[in-house]
Amino acid sequence: MSGTKTREKADVVIVGLGWSGSLIAEELTRAGLNVVALERGKWRDTATDFPPAIDMDELRWATRRGMMQPQAVETVTFRNNSEQEALPVREWNCFQFGWNVGGAGTHWAGMTWRFNPWDFEVGSKVRQRYGQAETTPGLQLQDWGITYDELEPYYDRFEKIAGTSGTAGHLNGSIKPHGNPFEGSRSSEYPTPALKDTRWMGMFRETTTAMGYHPFTIPAGNISSEWTNPLGVRMGPCTYCGYCEMFGCGNWSKSSPQACVLPALTGRDNFTILAEAEVLHATLAEDGKTAKGVVFIDANGQRWEQPADIVIFTAYQIDNIRLLLLSKIGKPYDHKTGTGVVGRGYAYQTISGANLFFDDERFNPFIGAGALGVQIDDYNADNFDHAGLGFVGGAGIMAFSTNGRPIGMADSVPQGTPRWGAKWKQAYAKSYQTSATIFNQGTSFAHRDVFADLDPTYTDRHGQPLLRVTFDYNENDRRMAKYTMDKAVEIGKKAGASRIEPFNSAEGANTPYDQRSTHTTGGAVIGADPATSALNRYGQTWDVHNVFVVGASSFPNNGGYNPTATVGALALYCARGIIEKYLDTRGPLVEA
Amino acid sequence: MKRSTKIGVGAVALAAIAVVGALTVRANDASADDAADNTVKTADAAPLDPAAVARGHQLAVAGDCAACHTAPGGKPYAGGHELQTPFGTIVSTNITPDRDTGIGNWTERDFFKAVRHGQAPEHMLYPAMPYTAYVQITDRDMHDLWAYFRSIAPAKASGKETSLPFPFNIRLAVSGWNLLFFDNRPFVQDNTKSAQWNQGHYLTDVLGHCGTCHTGKNVLGGDKSGTYLAGGTLQNWHAPDLTASPATGLAAWSQEDIVTYLRTGSNRHAVAAGPMAEAVEESTQRMTDAERQAIAGYLKSLPAHTTATQQPLAASDPAMVRGKVIFEASCSACHTATGQGIAGMATHLADNSAVRSDDPASLIHVVLDGARAARTQANPTGAGMPSYAWKLDDADVAAVLTYVRNSWGNAARPITSGDVADARRSLGARKAL
Repeated sequence: MSGTKTREKADVVIVGLGWSGSLIAEELTRAGLNVVALERGKWRDTATDFPPAIDMDELRWATRRGMMQPQAVETVTFRNNSEQEALPVREWNCFQFGWNVGGAGTHWAGMTWRFNPWDFEVGSKVRQRYGQAETTPGLQLQDWGITYDELEPYYDRFEKIAGTSGTAGHLNGSIKPHGNPFEGSRSSEYPTPALKDTRWMGMFRETTTAMGYHPFTIPAGNISSEWTNPLGVRMGPCTYCGYCEMFGCGNWSKSSPQACVLPALTGRDNFTILAEAEVLHATLAEDGKTAKGVVFIDANGQRWEQPADIVIFTAYQIDNIRLLLLSKIGKPYDHKTGTGVVGRGYAYQTISGANLFFDDERFNPFIGAGALGVQIDDYNADNFDHAGLGFVGGAGIMAFSTNGRPIGMADSVPQGTPRWGAKWKQAYAKSYQTSATIFNQGTSFAHRDVFADLDPTYTDRHGQPLLRVTFDYNENDRRMAKYTMDKAVEIGKKAGASRIEPFNSAEGANTPYDQRSTHTTGGAVIGADPATSALNRYGQTWDVHNVFVVGASSFPNNGGYNPTATVGALALYCARGIIEKYLDTRGPLVEA
Repeated sequence: MKRSTKIGVGAVALAAIAVVGALTVRANDASADDAADNTVKTADAAPLDPAAVARGHQLAVAGDCAACHTAPGGKPYAGGHELQTPFGTIVSTNITPDRDTGIGNWTERDFFKAVRHGQAPEHMLYPAMPYTAYVQITDRDMHDLWAYFRSIAPAKASGKETSLPFPFNIRLAVSGWNLLFFDNRPFVQDNTKSAQWNQGHYLTDVLGHCGTCHTGKNVLGGDKSGTYLAGGTLQNWHAPDLTASPATGLAAWSQEDIVTYLRTGSNRHAVAAGPMAEAVEESTQRMTDAERQAIAGYLKSLPAHTTATQQPLAASDPAMVRGKVIFEASCSACHTATGQGIAGMATHLADNSAVRSDDPASLIHVVLDGARAARTQANPTGAGMPSYAWKLDDADVAAVLTYVRNSWGNAARPITSGDVADARRSLGARKAL
C-alpha cells in the first residue's frame, strides 16, 4: 500500500497502551477528551489469551519469551563504553519489550513499590549529608523536581486501581508494626491485605527480626482478596500459582491494564484503541514549537497520520527515548561535551545477593506469586549512614517465592554440579526443595558515560535507526552491591544455610544477556532544570509543549525497587497536570 | 361409500375449513391497530412531544429492541443482527426512520401492525420478532414508542436480508402459525392485584418478553403449554426456570437479589452470561429501579412450576470422583474449591438453582465455548469464562458438570458424554487435544 492516509483529528493521541497509556487515557476520557491510543502489539485479554484459556506452558511463555515483541520488529544495540561498537541484542533478558495491549504491565511479576522519599531528592540530600565525600566521579545525582509527598496521592490512587496487597509501615506519619518503617508516609492502608508467607519467607522474617532488622511483606500486584477498584472494576484473589512474570494472569488477580483499567475505559465512546499500529515518530509544526500528531503504520502496512492536539508517548522506556530522538524533540545528549538531555540519565538496577542451600528443608516453591516475598529496607536508599562507605544508595534485601517453575529453576543447583545427567537430576531434585535466594535489588544512578542515542549502523524494518545503549556499572554500584551482598551472606548464615553462594552482578561488565533485572530506566528524565532533564515534572517536554512523555524513562535515577508503581503515579500526575492546567494554558506548565 | 356420507364428510370438511379460516382471520386480525393514524410517515418532519419521546425511549429499553435491531458494532437500530433459529438465520431489520432501508415510509399504523401483529407493510414478520408478546402493548405505549423511533437518527441498513430455506421462506405460512400459537389479545389488568404487580406482569410478559426464552417451546417455536416461565432452551442456551420451583427456580432468590441481578448483571447466586448478559446490558440495567422492583415482585409471586427435588449422587460415584479432580485442577482458581465463586465475576456454583436445571445446555455451553459476563455501569468488569473445549474431552466435561450439579447443596441428573458430544457438534466447538 502506498501513500499516507489521514485519520480524523483527536484531542489526544497516546503512543503505547500499557500502564501509563491506559491510566492517562482513563483520566483524559473521563474529563471528556477524545483519545486515540495506538499500540504496536496485539489485543490480548484475560478470558481468551491467558492460562487457563491457553496452556500454562513455561517453555513457550517464559523460556522462549512468547509474550515479548520479536527482535525483528525492534531491538536495542548495546555496548559497555563509547570506545566499543554496539551490537544488536538478539535475546530478551534485561530488555523486555511488551507486545500487546497492556504492554509490560501484562507480563510483569507484580512488585508494587513506592520509591523511598530520598530517591526523589538524591541530588540535594547527598550534598547535604555527605558533601562530595561518598560520591564516585561522573555520577549525575539530581532531584526529580517533584517530591514523594507531592506524588503520594497519585501513588495512593494507583494502588487503589491496582488493588495492591500489603501492610502499611508508615501511615499518616506514624510507624506501624509489620510494615516497612522506612517507607514514605502513606495516606491510607493498602487496598488488600498482605499475601501469606511461604516457609522460606517465614524463615527470612524470623531470622532478620532476630538480627534487629525490619522485615515486611512486599507490596504486591498479586492481590490477596476480592477487590473492586475506584473504576468499578473487580478483581479476584491470587491463587499462588506462580505463573505471573512472563504470563498474563487468567485469574483476574494480577494488577494489569487488562484487569484494572481497560474494562472501564473500553466502554467509553470517546476512546479508541488501534492495536497493531506502530508509531514511527511525531510530526512537528513548521516552527517546531508544537507537534501536529504522529505517523504510524497499521497491520496491513498502510501508513497513517493521526493528527492530535496533544501527543503522549507512553511506550516502553527504550521507545520513549527513541521516539523523542526520531521526532527531533529535545536536544540529544552529547557524551563528549556532557550537554543535551535526550538519552541522558540512563540507569539500570544493581543486583547482588546469595544463593542458599539447606540440608533439610521443604520450601515447596510451587506455592508462589510474582511479587510474593519478604524484604528488609534497612540497607536501602539512605536508610543507613554511608559515612566512610564510599558509595551512596543501597538495596532492598528480599527473600522471594515468585515461582517453582521447573525449567526456570533448573539452574538452582550448587556450583560444580554437572549440567546434565543423573548427578544433575539428583542434585536438582534436592535443591528444588532446599534452595533459596536472598536477592538485593539496588539503586542505580545516572553517570556521565552512560547514555542512549540513535545507532549509526543498525536500523529497524522501517529503516529507522535502533536505539543504542551505552552502559556499564560504576564504582558506586560495585561498592554498594558488595556491601549489601555481605549482608545477604550474614543473613543466610543466621538462617542456617549449609552452603552459601554469593553473587554480585556489578563485579564484572554488564551484559544484556544476563537477566538479573529487567528494570532499565531514564533517558528522558523529569527534573527542575532544562539543562539536565528532557521533561518538566509533569512529563511535558521543555521544548514542545504539547508533547508529554511518561514511563520509567522519566526516572532521573533508579531506586532500589521495581519501577511500576512510580510509573503509574507519574502517569496519573501527568494526566492531572493536563486536565487541571494544560487545557487552559496550552503552554509550558513550568517556566524554564 | 354412500353419496349422503360423502356429502356429510364434505360438509364437515367445509365447516372445518370455514372454522379454521375464521380462526385464522381472528389470529391475524389487526383491527386494534386502527387506533393509529395512517397518513403521516415516520420520516415526515414533525415537532415531537419530548415527553412522549422520553417515555418511548424508556419503553424501547424495556422492550430491549436494541438487542436484536442493533448489530454488534453497528449503528443503533439499523438492524443486521443475525439471529440463529432452528429454522435458519434471521437477520433483523432497520427500524430507524430511513426512507429507503428503514421504516421512514411507514405510517404509525404500519408501525403498530408490525410491532403488535407481525404484519409489516411488505410482508408477514417471523415470530422471532416477539409480536406474540408485544401484542399486549397498550395504545399509549405504542404511540410513544413510535414518537421515539421518529426521533432517532436515520441510518442505512447493512443490506443483509433473511433468507430461510423452503418451506420457511413462505412468509404467508406465518398466518397459519399465528392460528396455532399467537394469542391475539390485549393486555388485561388484574384488578385484584396491586398496581406494582400489574406493572411487573406487563414488563415481564409484554415489553420484556421474558417468555421468548424462559418459556418452553415446541418444535414449531410456539409456547409449550404448562411451561410458563419454567425454563426454555434456545440457541444452545437454557434460560432457567423463573418460578418458585425449589430445586430449579428462584425460590432462594429474594426480590432484592432479582433487582440486583437485573441492575448489575450479577448477584450472590449468579452472573449473567450469554443472551441474558445482552438483555441486562441493553435493557434491564437501563430500566428504572421501580421497573426492576415491579418485575422482581411479579416473578416472586409466581407459583412453583415443579416441587420435584432430587437426591445428590454419592461422592463415591465414578463420575463424581473424576469430576472433583477436574474441578479442583481447572475450575477452583475462580470458582473456589467449594463453589463459592468471586462476587460479580465467577458464578457462585454452590446451591445454585440454575446449575440444577434439568436441561444442562447453558452449563455445557459455557464450558465448551466460554462466556462473557454482562458489562454494566455498576460492574464494568465483564469477567470471562475461558473455553475448555481444547482441554477437556466429552467425558471430562460430563464428569466435571455432573460433579458441580451434585456438590455443595446441588442435586441434578448426571450429564452424559453424549450430551456433551451433541453440544460440541452443534456449537462447532473444537475437539479436545
